[in-house]
Amino acid sequence: MNASPPTAATLPHRSPGRLAWERLRANRAAMTGLVFLTLFSGLCIVGPWISPYSFQEQPRIVEGATPPDASHWLGTDHRGRDLATRLFHGGRISLMVGLLATAVSLTIGVVYGAVSGFIGGKTDSLMMRFVDILYALPFTVFVILLMVFFGRSLVLLFLAIGAVEWLTMARIVRGQVLSLKQRAFVEASRVLGQHPGKLLSRHVLPNAAGPIIVYTTLTIPNVMLLEAFVSFLGLGVQPPMSSLGLLINDGASSMESAPWLLLVPGTAFALTLFSLNFLGDGLRDAFDPKEER
Amino acid sequence: MPTYIARRVLESLPVLFLVITICFFLLRLAPGGPFSQEVDIPAATLARMEAHYGLDRPLPAQYLSYLGNLTKGDLGPSYHYPTRTVNEIIRDHLPVSLELGLWGLLIALVIGILVGLVAMIRPNSWLDSVPMGGAMLGICLPTFVLGPLLILVFSLWLGWFNATGWNTAGDRVLPALTLGLFFAAYIARLTRGGLREVIRQDFIRTARAKGLPEHLVLGKHALRPGILPALAFLGPAAAGLLTGSFVVETVFHIPGLGREFVNAAFNRDYTLVLGVVILYSVMILIFNLLVDVGQVLLNPRQRFE
Repeated sequence: MNASPPTAATLPHRSPGRLAWERLRANRAAMTGLVFLTLFSGLCIVGPWISPYSFQEQPRIVEGATPPDASHWLGTDHRGRDLATRLFHGGRISLMVGLLATAVSLTIGVVYGAVSGFIGGKTDSLMMRFVDILYALPFTVFVILLMVFFGRSLVLLFLAIGAVEWLTMARIVRGQVLSLKQRAFVEASRVLGQHPGKLLSRHVLPNAAGPIIVYTTLTIPNVMLLEAFVSFLGLGVQPPMSSLGLLINDGASSMESAPWLLLVPGTAFALTLFSLNFLGDGLRDAFDPKEER
Repeated sequence: MPTYIARRVLESLPVLFLVITICFFLLRLAPGGPFSQEVDIPAATLARMEAHYGLDRPLPAQYLSYLGNLTKGDLGPSYHYPTRTVNEIIRDHLPVSLELGLWGLLIALVIGILVGLVAMIRPNSWLDSVPMGGAMLGICLPTFVLGPLLILVFSLWLGWFNATGWNTAGDRVLPALTLGLFFAAYIARLTRGGLREVIRQDFIRTARAKGLPEHLVLGKHALRPGILPALAFLGPAAAGLLTGSFVVETVFHIPGLGREFVNAAFNRDYTLVLGVVILYSVMILIFNLLVDVGQVLLNPRQRFE
C-alpha cells in the first residue's frame, strides 16, 4: 500500500484483467503455487523425453526397489523401473486427465448455468431443482460403477469425472447470468435486436469470466483428486502406465521396505494440490478485491 | 416443520426411484456378468445358474420383480456369495462402516470447529496462520496419501498402533483420523470464514461493549451463526465420508461395507452393488434433510419453505 493514495489523474489506465494480475503477483502463496505448477508440468512434459529410461523399462529388474542414487535420482520401484520417469509420466497423465475432465465439467456447467439463468422463470427453477437433486447423490459411486462396468479407458475416465463435477460451476454461472441480464448494456443489446444466443455468448458470459476462471482453477484439484482416488482403487489408469494415484497405491503396498515409493509421489501430489488451491484462492482474491482475506 | 419434513421425504422418493432405475439398467447393459469371470463354466451350468437367479428372464420383468422385492425390504440374493443375501451382507458390514464414519465425523467437527475458532482469536497473527496452514495441508493430503503415511509413521516407525485390522479400540484411531482430518480441514476453513463475516456485525460490537469476556463473545454469540457455512458443508461431507471409507477400509483392511462395495463392483455382483448404492443414497438424502433442518434451527431468520 502506498502512503499517499494516487489520484485518478496520476494513475495510468489499467484494464480489470491487468489489475487482477497485479494483485495476484503480490500474493506470495499464489505465486509460489504458480511457479511450482509451471515447473512440475514442465518436468512432466519434458521429463519422459529426456530421461534415459522409459516408464515401463526395468533397468533394475534383478535388484527391484532401490533407494535414490546417482543413476536413478528418485530410486527404482519394486519392478526395477526408474521412479523419476514414472513420476513425470504419471504426473503428465494426471494433469492431462485433470485438465480434460475440468474442460468437460466447465463446458457442461457453463452451458447449463447460462441457459438456466438466461431463460429464467419456471425453466430456471426446474433446472436448478435438478441440480439440487443431483447434489444429494453419491457421485463417486457412479464414477466407480462406470469405470468397472464400461472398461477402464482414459477417455471414459475424464468424461465420467467431468460429468459429475459440473454442478457447482452451473450454480455459479447461473447466479452471474441472473444478475448480469438485469444490467443496462444487456437491455440495450436486446433492444437493438441482438439474437439471444449471441447476446448470451458475446455480452453476458464474457462479463462472468472472472468467477468462471476462479472456479475452474478450484475444480482442477478436485478432479485430480477424483482421478487419483479412482486409480488408487485400481479402476482408473491401468498399469504399466502410471498416474499419481497409481504410484501412491504402489508405494503404499511396499512402504515398509521402500518408503520413498510412497513419499515421492505422495509429496508431488500434495504439492500439486497445494499449489492449485493457493492459486485458486489467490485468483479469487485478485478478481474480487472487495473480499479481503 | 413436520410438513416441511414430510414434503422433503416425498420429494426424495422420485429421486431414489430414478437412481434405482438408472443403476439397474446401467449395470445390466454393461458387458460381462456375475458368472462370466469364473474360468470355463460349461454353457449348460451357466444357463442353469442364470435361470436359478432369474437372470434369463427379460430385463423389464427382472426390473419389476426387483422393485417388487424392494418394497418388501428384500434386496435379493448375492450372486457372488451363493449362501448369503444382500440384506445379510449389509447387516454384517454396515455397522463397521457406520462406526468408522461416526468417528470420522466427530473428528471432523470437533477439530474443525476448534481450529476455526482458535484462528479467529487473533486474526492475521501466527495463531491464525499456523492452524490455517495446517488446514490447507489437510485439504491437500487425500485419504489415500494420509492413510499410508499415518501407518508408516505411527505403526511401522513408532509402533504405537496396529497397521491394519479392526479389533481393539486402538485400531479405530488411525482410520478415523485418516477419514476425518480432510473434512476437519475443510470445516476449519469454513468456520473461520463464517466467523469472520459475523465478527464485523453490530451485535458482536454490542456484546463486546457490554463487557462480555472474549471467549463468550466468540464461543457463544459469534459461533452460532458463524458455523452455518460449516454446517451446510456437512451434507456433501457425509457423502464424502461414505465414499472416503472405501479407501480407508482398503488401506487399513477394515471389514466394512465400502470394501465390500468395491469388491462387489469388481465381481459384478449386481444385487450387492445396487443394494449399497440405494442404501448410500438414502443415507445421504436423510443426512441432507437433517442438515437443512439444523440450519433453520440455528438461524431463526431462515424459515422452512
